[in-house]
Amino acid sequence: MGILPYVVVAWVLVCGLYGIATSRHLVHQIICLVVVQSSTYVLLLSVGYKLGGIAPYFSDVPAHVRAVDPVVQALTLTDVVVEAAVTALLLAFAIQAKKRFGTVDPLELRQLRG
Amino acid sequence: MASFYLWGMTGLPPFGTYRGPYGTIVNRVSVPDTHATGVVSVVNFVFRGFDTVGEEFILFVAAVGVALVLRHLREDEEVEGKDAAPGLDVPPTSEAVRLIALAFTGPTLVVGWFLATHAQTDPSGGFQGGVVIASAVVLIYLAGQYLSFRRLNPVDVLDSVEAAGAGGFVGVGLGTLAVSAPYLADVVPLGRVNGAVDAGGTIPFISLCVGVEVTAAFLLITSELLEQTLFLKEG
Repeated sequence: MGILPYVVVAWVLVCGLYGIATSRHLVHQIICLVVVQSSTYVLLLSVGYKLGGIAPYFSDVPAHVRAVDPVVQALTLTDVVVEAAVTALLLAFAIQAKKRFGTVDPLELRQLRG
Repeated sequence: MASFYLWGMTGLPPFGTYRGPYGTIVNRVSVPDTHATGVVSVVNFVFRGFDTVGEEFILFVAAVGVALVLRHLREDEEVEGKDAAPGLDVPPTSEAVRLIALAFTGPTLVVGWFLATHAQTDPSGGFQGGVVIASAVVLIYLAGQYLSFRRLNPVDVLDSVEAAGAGGFVGVGLGTLAVSAPYLADVVPLGRVNGAVDAGGTIPFISLCVGVEVTAAFLLITSELLEQTLFLKEG
């Protein structure tokens, strides 16, 4: 149990990297980047977890109850927002690549540029 | 790479036994200090408030970038002529999809508003609420009402709304400076009840500004992308 979350992180990370390396479509490649980035969410959240801790929301529990780390959760939120921004920009570039070069295959794109 | 990963992992605390000082301190001081019960929001909008301004501008710049790249393309298109995806034959939207999309539009809007205005009490905030409100408008597009979608999204207005949201956040910060408090400090009365809607000082205001900004940014991005799709179909 102790290292299981970190194994999951590594697994998700490697899956995404494998997808990026072998991808034959720009949109597929962008989605793989999202997968890579989701491994960082798992890492951040599992680093901040405390055994038996509750979510850091004290609406109906007293303030001294043991709760998980809110700082890494806020960082994860930032991570998600940045990922959304990056994905949107990359998708726009993918459309541009399709229009300019007529292909969305990263390998063919490389050939075109010579 | 694997060895680097393993090397890095050895430095991490075992799962579930995190002993970092910040989280513990933040958990202890947040509720008495701000009367807000959502500590993640407190971190985002108070302790890391200045960081979140930067984060918001990342989204702002991304939306502007998408608009810039795609609008530039649209002008190209008019010169170069057709570039339609061949054989792209889209079936008309089925009645079931239209009904479900329309039925969910109202509730989605309400949930988005609730999220955007309850950053101080619940696991929510402007970022989440903004995305949900934007998806409510996209549901209208899904229901096949592209014309209504267009009317709801006049791009010029979206641009300025987005700027207003981003500026509003900075404005809240400057407002606190104006009464000679540190940037983004809590100067609004904190509210009497922990976890009430009026608790948390400036948090609800910042959250609402972020909500407006995020809604406009996402609508701008989706409408620019949709514009491209329709352009391909028409071309």
